[in-house]
Amino acid sequence: MSYVAHDESVFVRPAEVGEMELYHPKTFIGKYIWSQDAKVIGVQYSITAIAVGLVALVLSGIMRLQLGFPHVFSFINPSNYLQFVTMHGMIMVVYLLTALFLGGFGNYLIPLMVGARDMVFPYVNMISYWVYLFAVLLLMASFFVPGGSTGAGWTLYPPQAILDGTPGANWGIILMLVSLAFFIIGFTMGGLNYVVTVLQARTRGMTMMRLPLTVWGIFMATILALLAFPALFVSAIMMALDQMLGTSFFMPALISKGQHLDYNGGSPVLFQHLFWFFGHPEVYIVALPAFGIVSDLISVHARKNIFGYRMMVWAILAIGGLSFIVWAHHMYVSGMNPYFGFFFATTTLIIAVPTALKVYNWVLTLWRGDIRFNVPMLFAIGFIFTFINGGLTGLFLGNVTVDLPLSDTMFVVAHFHMVMAVSPILVIFGAIYHWYPKVTGRMLDDTMGKFHFWVTFLGTYAIYYPMHYLGFLGVPRRYYAVTGTDFIPESAQSLNAGITVATLVVGSVQLLFLFNLVWSYFRGRPSGDNPWGATTLEWQTPHTPPKHGNFGAELPVVYRWAYDYSVPGAEKDFIPQNQPPARTAEDAVDATS
Amino acid sequence: MTIILLVVVPIMAAVVWWLLRQTMNVRPWTEQRPGDALPGDGVLSLPPVTIGLGVFLAVATSLFALLISAYNMRMEAADWTTLAVPKGLWVTTGVLVLSSIAMQWTRSAAIRGRIDRVRMGLIAGGVLAFGFLAGQLLVWQQLHASSHFVTSNPANAFFYLLTAVHGLHLLGGLWVWGKTTAKLFRGAAVGRVRLSVELCTVYWHYLLLVWLALFALLLSTPPRQNACTPDAVAICGSPR
Ligand code: HEM
Ligand SMILES: [Cu+2]
Repeated sequence: MSYVAHDESVFVRPAEVGEMELYHPKTFIGKYIWSQDAKVIGVQYSITAIAVGLVALVLSGIMRLQLGFPHVFSFINPSNYLQFVTMHGMIMVVYLLTALFLGGFGNYLIPLMVGARDMVFPYVNMISYWVYLFAVLLLMASFFVPGGSTGAGWTLYPPQAILDGTPGANWGIILMLVSLAFFIIGFTMGGLNYVVTVLQARTRGMTMMRLPLTVWGIFMATILALLAFPALFVSAIMMALDQMLGTSFFMPALISKGQHLDYNGGSPVLFQHLFWFFGHPEVYIVALPAFGIVSDLISVHARKNIFGYRMMVWAILAIGGLSFIVWAHHMYVSGMNPYFGFFFATTTLIIAVPTALKVYNWVLTLWRGDIRFNVPMLFAIGFIFTFINGGLTGLFLGNVTVDLPLSDTMFVVAHFHMVMAVSPILVIFGAIYHWYPKVTGRMLDDTMGKFHFWVTFLGTYAIYYPMHYLGFLGVPRRYYAVTGTDFIPESAQSLNAGITVATLVVGSVQLLFLFNLVWSYFRGRPSGDNPWGATTLEWQTPHTPPKHGNFGAELPVVYRWAYDYSVPGAEKDFIPQNQPPARTAEDAVDATS
Repeated sequence: MTIILLVVVPIMAAVVWWLLRQTMNVRPWTEQRPGDALPGDGVLSLPPVTIGLGVFLAVATSLFALLISAYNMRMEAADWTTLAVPKGLWVTTGVLVLSSIAMQWTRSAAIRGRIDRVRMGLIAGGVLAFGFLAGQLLVWQQLHASSHFVTSNPANAFFYLLTAVHGLHLLGGLWVWGKTTAKLFRGAAVGRVRLSVELCTVYWHYLLLVWLALFALLLSTPPRQNACTPDAVAICGSPR
């Protein structure tokens, strides 16, 4: 069959579309509210995610108040404690971390870093944000419906998630499930953009192997998310049907309050499989962007090229691929066949290999670097410590025999907070300190930043380190109170009180960070275009903050990778990616001959 | 969960293969020498929407594979009574096949620039697709009339769920189809809609394949009758 070239589908590289062809909004609303500019959408995503994250932070403070000082606060009772646990967990994992890394950083950084004017489907991108906002509002609404939000735990396990006796078993859980479904739809729209933009809208000379690792991390995380979120979507829909129509996908035959319920034969374990097929990759959906960003922070602020660039890319891919075949390590206690347990323990431990490689590479990048202890660097180093810590306890929990007694104890809570809560959050802070100058044109205040770092870093250790011991003692997670339990010594209570004090300190220092964000916006030191002396394209824009279209009349052409720091013989200690190579004498001869 | 792994593993393998091609013989740290041509950068000569559709199909495949995985796992339980495949599905399947054929025909007409045929073909394809959806609804109604309710058995619940998800995907396609058709009838030249027509065709074929897979799944489910007798209620749960 002959293929005739045709107008609309004649291929024009997105990188060569002229500035004029962009959609140009005229009004304030078009520019900042219904915006199709990826940078504005990125900021919208970030602000929304941070706002909803604050709610989750307050919830964690309330939970800690209860655990540290039981029976002091009368507004906390066993059932709203469960609601707080659930909403805290779900908001933090999905609505804060996922949205901020992919929707926030992804939107802001991908087009700038690959040298594109915008995402490839700006309109879809805009819708993506509004659907996300809608999902957030639905979730927030669930606090106010009759019965309150769901208290099923962020894993939403049936049957209890939809049985009377669990808080929010009617409206709460329905709103949660519907909100998740919308989140996934919105994310899919954004995700298509991120993937296709990286694949197709790179500027001339920007090969995949010249991409900054930040883009690699976000790119792979998006691929994981696109494949894994459908599992959450399917489980949410099936559970909603069980709840609303009375099907029995997940609900077994049950007797509740002496009554046979109308459910029959459904399989809670089926839900667990679906949920964790999403749930484990989700860990890496928030970890891979963090890995990518931290690589760039370390390289920039150590003025050294990243150690083992290609190895880093391959490790990101290996971790992403393997993360699809480890999900059942969350289900060791579900009574699975021992051979399955063995299989999943093995794959889990194998993931440690590429992960460890990355850690070594970060450390080797630091080795004999010209380290600048700027605030982003402090957070990056803090990340390495925390991540190693959480990773090591992960090796323990990955083994069936060790996991069985520790499952559902505070040890698990300590482990996952170290590895997937605090670590990515530290990277997010580092990234905000790093890119805030590009977004606003002003530096964040350094003194406040350093204070924020030290209190947060040491504070989180004060919170989570002792929690491991509580776990060893057998203190269960998701418990409103454990007083009067024989096997838990009195001293556990003092430890709990100490943890709570640390939590309150860490929580309040985040207010200082917010203050810094606002204060610096008006009063911060003007940053100039490239305050850190970085090589990547987002720092080479003609304007700071970059205008719509990012690069002015001409898109940059890329001549080198993103890591030319401290190159011997170069005049500065960094060479921007778009700086043409110097003409050597030899080349001049070539040219004339 | 085997089915979903059969989808995810090839996708990841494809990514690995693609990345191998990006990394082989590449030294990322070397700079461009003056006069060197800019390196090929692996940007495919395809419009972004085409790639976008490809990525979306991967997502949809993951969704359907997960549903099928769930179906297979849930099938093992004792309360499963296989649903006798309604005869009407043979008819709707036929209609969907015709719809795909019409779209394929439209596509080649669009490539040849035959605007009259494109109009005819698009209408035919769309109407047939709506016909398919109407047929599915009819089958639902018949099932309902014969007391095959969504709650009476997991096999029924899955039947309604699978057909609904598939139908909604087709509705999404019909929305794009509607926009394209409207554009064409407002007098757009063939060139302006050619890409949309091509992508619609790909999507139609994809949904046909998915439907054939789902249909085959329903047909191949071994017939099984719920073993619950009234005495066994305590174990199997209450009959309805
Ligand atoms: C200052 C920071 C934080 C504090 C003090 C904190 C504290 C807590 C506490 C006390 C619990 C409940 C333990 C229990 O009773 O079982 C919890 C659960 C949880 N947290 Fe955090 N958290 C913080 C940040 C985060 C972040 C950033 C994430 C993001 C991943 C996160 C994810 C979770 C999850 C997934 C759960 C489990 C919820 C459940 O059991 O259903 N947390 N956290
Ligand atoms: Cu896991």
